[in-house]
Amino acid sequence: MQGLLTAEEWQALALSLKVGLVATAVSLPFAVAVALLLARKAFPGKHLLNGLVHLPLVLPPVVTGYLLLIAFGRHGMVGGFLERTFGLVFIFRWTGAALAAGVMGFPLMVRAIRLAAEAVDPKLEQAAATLGAGRLWVFLTVTLPLMLPGIVAGAILGFARGLSEFGATITFVSNIPGQTQTLPLAIYSFLQAPGGDAAAVRLVVISIVIAMAALVASEIVGNRVARRVAGT
Amino acid sequence: MTLSVTLQHAFAGFTLDVAFEAPPGLTVLFGRSGSGKTTVVNAVAGLLRPDRGRVTVAGRVLCDTPAGLWLPPHRRRLGYVFQEGRLFPHLTVRQNLTYGARFAPKGTGGGDLAAVVVLLGIGALLDRRPGALSGGEKSRVAIGRALLCNPDLLLMDEPLAALDEARKDEILPYLERLRDETAVPILYVSHSVAEVARLATTVVVLQAGRVARIGPASEVLADPATAPALDLREAGAVIEARLVAQEPDGLSVLETSAGRLYLPRIEAAPGTGFRVRIHANDVILSRARPEGLSALNILPGTVETVHLGDGPGALVQVRSGSDLILARLTRRSATALGLTPGTPCHAILKTVAVGRGDVGSGL
Repeated sequence: MQGLLTAEEWQALALSLKVGLVATAVSLPFAVAVALLLARKAFPGKHLLNGLVHLPLVLPPVVTGYLLLIAFGRHGMVGGFLERTFGLVFIFRWTGAALAAGVMGFPLMVRAIRLAAEAVDPKLEQAAATLGAGRLWVFLTVTLPLMLPGIVAGAILGFARGLSEFGATITFVSNIPGQTQTLPLAIYSFLQAPGGDAAAVRLVVISIVIAMAALVASEIVGNRVARRVAGT
Repeated sequence: MTLSVTLQHAFAGFTLDVAFEAPPGLTVLFGRSGSGKTTVVNAVAGLLRPDRGRVTVAGRVLCDTPAGLWLPPHRRRLGYVFQEGRLFPHLTVRQNLTYGARFAPKGTGGGDLAAVVVLLGIGALLDRRPGALSGGEKSRVAIGRALLCNPDLLLMDEPLAALDEARKDEILPYLERLRDETAVPILYVSHSVAEVARLATTVVVLQAGRVARIGPASEVLADPATAPALDLREAGAVIEARLVAQEPDGLSVLETSAGRLYLPRIEAAPGTGFRVRIHANDVILSRARPEGLSALNILPGTVETVHLGDGPGALVQVRSGSDLILARLTRRSATALGLTPGTPCHAILKTVAVGRGDVGSGL
């Protein structure tokens, strides 16, 4: 296996997986919360929140990357605060790549989870309440399990979107091998360099394999969870 | 009183204003759709917050709007059997049944799973999921789930409405056992006179958001004035009877305060008590004791009240022994026979007019 790829290519693959997984894991709870908010609650500014969440889906990724740079750069409002308070730095780090991947995948996650949240029958939650379950228990034992197919689908969609992220990442955190050079960025670099075609093709094949694996996994897991939830 | 309810609530185009008290046993909230039955049950369960009201169950105040008291549903300790069952699809039958146990008050640990499983005959279903159950099985599991949270009161919102006749007959005996073998009082919503006749200890008749009549089932059902509010075609009294003998020709003999009743074979041991519903449409009245008649059941009595309807019909209430029987005749017959309160007469009932569904376990 080691001989299959060069050290640089391995690095890009490993970094991509790390960025994708961290981005998915961190943004998932927020996606569930926002999806529930949009599905269940009526509040002023709901359309604004909905628009904000979906913005990365329709904006050119470069614009998203630039906005991230402004907000999360060392002198940005949020970035400065996070660095001073938690020592968390995004700019030119893998954490920044993960942030870009998370932001780009977020709308897809929210859409899938929101559909699942809307499909949960509030009458089942009422039934749980009459059986003595408080709100938190109702959420943990009824709402969340019934939303699980949507959450799984959303997570896999978000992960896949994170892996393929290019424009926002290169704009926000540049293209630094070992730090921010994920698979798409590595492929781009190899294609720019003379004689890099073979390496690019290898990474392209790997990208296709990962994407297919994610889709198949989502299909299998999704079906299994859906069957469980459907109660047959 | 086991359950005491006072409620006032205004919806668009409909106001609910009811007050009633229910003794132990099974209380049926009876009324047409839109009469406010489910609203009352939802307010008792805490799923609806009434404009004004006070609800107490077994001495515990669940809601008292003047005092600003309102317990949320999960703190009311009531079992609610919904019309559609509402089983949790992602849990097995066993997990559904035990769902409420962890929330039951400390020390009680919920009801006895084994006993409830036997009571409802759901032992073979425990490892299945709700999606794989028939309608009747779902109903029984839903009843078991509500029962197992050790409720102070069981609420049932038309638990049979979604079932066909065969499934209803399957569930009714379980409901009778629930009423007779457990100490849990039941508030039961229904718009079926047959269910009232089979199950009710007490009936609360709701009409357009008001209580039109309340009383013991045998009284309310035998009241000619109430019959139109129930359903005229379904009118009929319920009388108590005790099985005394099985005849070789397939009949069962039952003893009532009115006399002997011959009914199609009821499979039970002599001595067993029953409540028998006698449809008013099936009863013939005669001034003289008839001779040469094929009908086997001739019960002597006296006319209690005569209720003339707007149309050609009349409802006559006859006291026979300590029981009340309702007969639906024409006004013409009532006049021709000179039926007035106090008139002696005979109530005649064909044996085969009494169906299997008309005979329920004891009052």
